[in-house]
Amino acid sequence: MSTRVKMILILTLFASISGGVLSIVYLFSSPLIEANLLEELKKSIFLVVPNAKDYDEKVIDEITYFECRDESGSTVGIALPARGNGYQGVIKLMVGLTPDLSRITGIKVLEQIETPGLGGRIGEDSFQNQFKGVQTEPAVEYVKNREPEKDTEIQAITGATISSRSIVSIINKNIQMLKDAL
Amino acid sequence: MADTKSGDINTGNKSFSEFIKGFWKENPVLVMLLGMCPTLAVTTSAINGLTMGLAVVFVMTGSSVIVSLVRNIVPKQVRIATFVVIIATFVTMVDLFLKAFLLDLSKALGPFIPLIVVNCIILGRAEAFASRNSVWLSLVDALGVSFGFTVTLVFLGGIREILGMRTFFGMSVLGEGFEPWVIMLLPPGAFITLGFMLGAKNLIDRKMKERKKY
Repeated sequence: MSTRVKMILILTLFASISGGVLSIVYLFSSPLIEANLLEELKKSIFLVVPNAKDYDEKVIDEITYFECRDESGSTVGIALPARGNGYQGVIKLMVGLTPDLSRITGIKVLEQIETPGLGGRIGEDSFQNQFKGVQTEPAVEYVKNREPEKDTEIQAITGATISSRSIVSIINKNIQMLKDAL
Repeated sequence: MADTKSGDINTGNKSFSEFIKGFWKENPVLVMLLGMCPTLAVTTSAINGLTMGLAVVFVMTGSSVIVSLVRNIVPKQVRIATFVVIIATFVTMVDLFLKAFLLDLSKALGPFIPLIVVNCIILGRAEAFASRNSVWLSLVDALGVSFGFTVTLVFLGGIREILGMRTFFGMSVLGEGFEPWVIMLLPPGAFITLGFMLGAKNLIDRKMKERKKY
């Protein structure tokens, strides 16, 4: 057998075996991966909208949001997935809102690659909990070097103003987009 | 295969030395300076270093054994392509496994798991060792080198985690009085720590050599 034919045969053989093995592994792992992602989504929704027991996925003008219900079936809030640019990369959030979108009930940072120890602290509870009860009208604001006074204010993280500002602007922008769409 | 029956007495010793060399004499990070990208990027904590290391252990052991098994049927013109296919298969398996069972770790390591495909330690061992040696020796070599890599990464990640976050494997080790050195978690911290580790290794080697002389 000439080397050329052998080369093609061997490489084809290896690629086919590899493809076969991987499709079997994928077959077993993909349901688990999907379940993981769904579980994470559920957890973040129920975290940002307290009292929520169930939710409906709604899409309006290509904006996806989750309408949350309690046991009796009445709407208790809206969970809005939001995303935007941070200091070093994309930040993904889940924002919990009252049904009329006037107050934030909680936020959860889902994905971020901010500087560890500085901007990365946007993922800490002490920062995220500040947003509970914050008013969204006219807009959420951040303050530096002093305690928040108004209902719309949160305190920025020392040394991570850009990341804090990014979170606030992502929230404002995405809420506005939802309001415009509704 | 000529290398299977070359004296069983020597095999034991040789296997042991092939295994142990990866930890110190031919440590992939501290001596060969290979695989620097994951080494520097993921070692912000000890657990990240450990997971990355174990992923490499799995990929390297699997691919070295397969490469060694098929070393006589692969034409030399397509050997690198074949090795990459084999390595990529194992890497994808690890990636899917982490996503299915350890989602948080998979997120922390991000793109560095898929990038093991191009980690030159693995291709380097496949090309330099596994494609020329018996399956047994290749397995031992892969285990030694990859565990040497893991230990180094845990060490590097541990130092950065302790100084940067006051914790080790998530457990608090330094009191509240210690101000965390944020720079240790940033890329410069990786270079600084690695530099000191390289220096320490060379210093120890030199001292041992001097002691042997007298």
